[in-house]
Amino acid sequence: MSKHTLSVLVEDKPGVLARIAALFSRRAFNIESLAVGPTEHPDVSRMTIVVDVEGTPLEQVTKQLNKLVEVIKIVELDPTMSVNRELVMVKVAATVETRSQVLDAVQLFRAKVIDVAPDAVTIQITGNSGKIADFLAVLAPFGIRELVQSGQVAIGRGSRSISERSLRPVTVPVPPANVG
Amino acid sequence: MSEEMTGAQSLIKSLEAAGTETIFGIPGGAILPAYDPLMDSSIRHILVRHEQGAGHAAQGYASATGRVGVCMATSGPGATNLVTPIADAHMDSVPMVAVTGQVGASMIGTDAFQEADIRGITMPITKHNFLVTDPADIPRTVAEAFHIASTGRPGPVLVDVAKSALQADTTFDWPTELHLPGYRPVTRPHAKQIREATRLILESRRPVLYVGGGVIRAAASKELAALAALTGMPVVTTLMARGAFPDSHPQHLGMPGMHGTVAAVAGLQRSDLIISLGARFDDRVTGNLDSFAPGAKVIHADIDPAEIGKNRHADVPIVGDVREVLVDLVKTLQTESDAGHTGDFEAWVEFLSGVKATYPLGYDKPADGALSPQYVIERLGSISGPDTIYTAGVGQHQMWAAHYVGYEKPRTWINSGGLGTMGFAVPGAMGAKVGCPDQTVWAIDGDGCFQMTNQELATCAINDIPIKVAVINNESLGMVRQWQTLFYNERYSNTDLHSKRIPDFVKLAEAYGCVGLACERPEDVDATIEKAMGINDVPVVVDFRVHRDAMVWPMVAAGTSNDEIKYARDLAPQFDEDDL
Repeated sequence: MSKHTLSVLVEDKPGVLARIAALFSRRAFNIESLAVGPTEHPDVSRMTIVVDVEGTPLEQVTKQLNKLVEVIKIVELDPTMSVNRELVMVKVAATVETRSQVLDAVQLFRAKVIDVAPDAVTIQITGNSGKIADFLAVLAPFGIRELVQSGQVAIGRGSRSISERSLRPVTVPVPPANVG
Repeated sequence: MSEEMTGAQSLIKSLEAAGTETIFGIPGGAILPAYDPLMDSSIRHILVRHEQGAGHAAQGYASATGRVGVCMATSGPGATNLVTPIADAHMDSVPMVAVTGQVGASMIGTDAFQEADIRGITMPITKHNFLVTDPADIPRTVAEAFHIASTGRPGPVLVDVAKSALQADTTFDWPTELHLPGYRPVTRPHAKQIREATRLILESRRPVLYVGGGVIRAAASKELAALAALTGMPVVTTLMARGAFPDSHPQHLGMPGMHGTVAAVAGLQRSDLIISLGARFDDRVTGNLDSFAPGAKVIHADIDPAEIGKNRHADVPIVGDVREVLVDLVKTLQTESDAGHTGDFEAWVEFLSGVKATYPLGYDKPADGALSPQYVIERLGSISGPDTIYTAGVGQHQMWAAHYVGYEKPRTWINSGGLGTMGFAVPGAMGAKVGCPDQTVWAIDGDGCFQMTNQELATCAINDIPIKVAVINNESLGMVRQWQTLFYNERYSNTDLHSKRIPDFVKLAEAYGCVGLACERPEDVDATIEKAMGINDVPVVVDFRVHRDAMVWPMVAAGTSNDEIKYARDLAPQFDEDDL
């Protein structure tokens, strides 16, 4: 298994996503999926990055990420100690003949129909990548017309927060100004 | 201390507050507002002829003094001309702040005149960079830039300031503290790792101190000398670390790597313990990684955790300022020594002394009496001495300068190691001379390199920066030619520069207000150097017209094992392994 899920807390500043994307590209690290969004702290964004570390040790990836000044903290999420989700919206062909079978699949996977047209339905499903892959395999024979998928987001189990300790203010004194 | 002023005044006041004494730069449209308050500032601005020269000068200044070097340019082409020195400073960990003007905030993204996304362009080649559009952010940004550039592993920081921010009214408030939650360099080494390193050193029989540029950046030569004296361990200094340990010291094996000495290369290859101090196992040092020092355990001390284990597995990783690492190692080893525990390196030291004596650096003098480049550099080092600062470009002359000058002190050898930027020598020397006006500064340059940046001779002549330039003129791109000789059947594609004919370097020097000298006979070398040494009011350029077929030896061919080292063409050293 060469895929790892990293939770990366970053300062919410312009260009930080570009910095991280550029770092992966420059160092020839592979991103499998990336999702960014706000957190419980207004100045901090959180990225969930799934990295494929075939050929590059994960340690090098996290060390290089840590060198970015705007990266505050990186935590690798253990798949057994965390929950991860992706969101998919998929437009599936649904004729009079097939509609009930499509809706059966929706029921079975606890997905949700979010739009209906005479010859198609649009379905929303959330879950881990395994569940989503299974669902899409079931839908495939009916004809998938359009599909959009989010990056994976993940969070650790239990009551602890990864931002608890890392967000304590760290300040550096500046030497007094040299101006007379 | 809030004061009302323009953003431009705030920028200059911030640079003053951060301790800037000198800026190398060129004005232009977007940075123009900042140049007005600069006229009234205590900062000396040196108007260069090309922004690349400003960047390399800032590097030379920083490398010679240990202080942050500052360069300034306008938006667009001004900023992109700084890209090469910024990348160079990034590779060689030079503390530098580059300030660039940017088009007005409302114009950003419109492909405005002289607009370039210099923050985006320099993201992968800076330690950090900023785009400032709000004038209130200027003081804090400048303070952060200097802090980031000069602490931890040093590096270049770019501050791109929109023209609208420079023109706007603002208040100047110098921060008393910085809030950088993601930037916490570790400087104190972990005591457990120091103990573990001490144990490995005492257990080893064939240790080598592998000294990199970090020892110079951390000003740790004294501490290194103490460790070497206490343990007797052999020392190698990389291209970036020449001068960190005296070349005259008997424990010094010289420079390792592709063009390293036989003793340094063999020392690392046959070692059972490499103590890496502020070095990064660069491919030019290791050659083929899989066969590099196959029997060695590694203690890797570096302030940048990402360097540890990047190329070579570290048995004992030590994250910290290399000076503190050395202080702690000396302390623990001294305690062990007081208790009667010392390493037994006698046979090893003896073996390496034998290798050093058998395979010293050397070169053949051409039969026709033509001038040898190595001889010129050797004489230059002897006559100008170890207090001189030497800079170099990139190529054959750089390798000869690394080998034949003889360095005794840190910060006396300044070159472009990681990026390998041809043309570094002249502007680098200019910056070093500005930073250390009382020291003689020699740029040892090649005729190819010299033609890339010699426009800065005008800057030197006009601003009373009397550098000395030794052009090692073999009328070709010598290192490339050497590879063509060795690996391309002597097919010399596009390496002949004809520089003994065009340009006339003596006239060129004179046109720039410098003294121009020429020398092409070995018997004239000393007198020519002495003459150049006597001219201290203007820059001097000496055209040393050397024979073109000299090659850099020793050499490990690219991509091969360091065991394949040749000390001259087709000559491999023979080691008597029984001596070990």
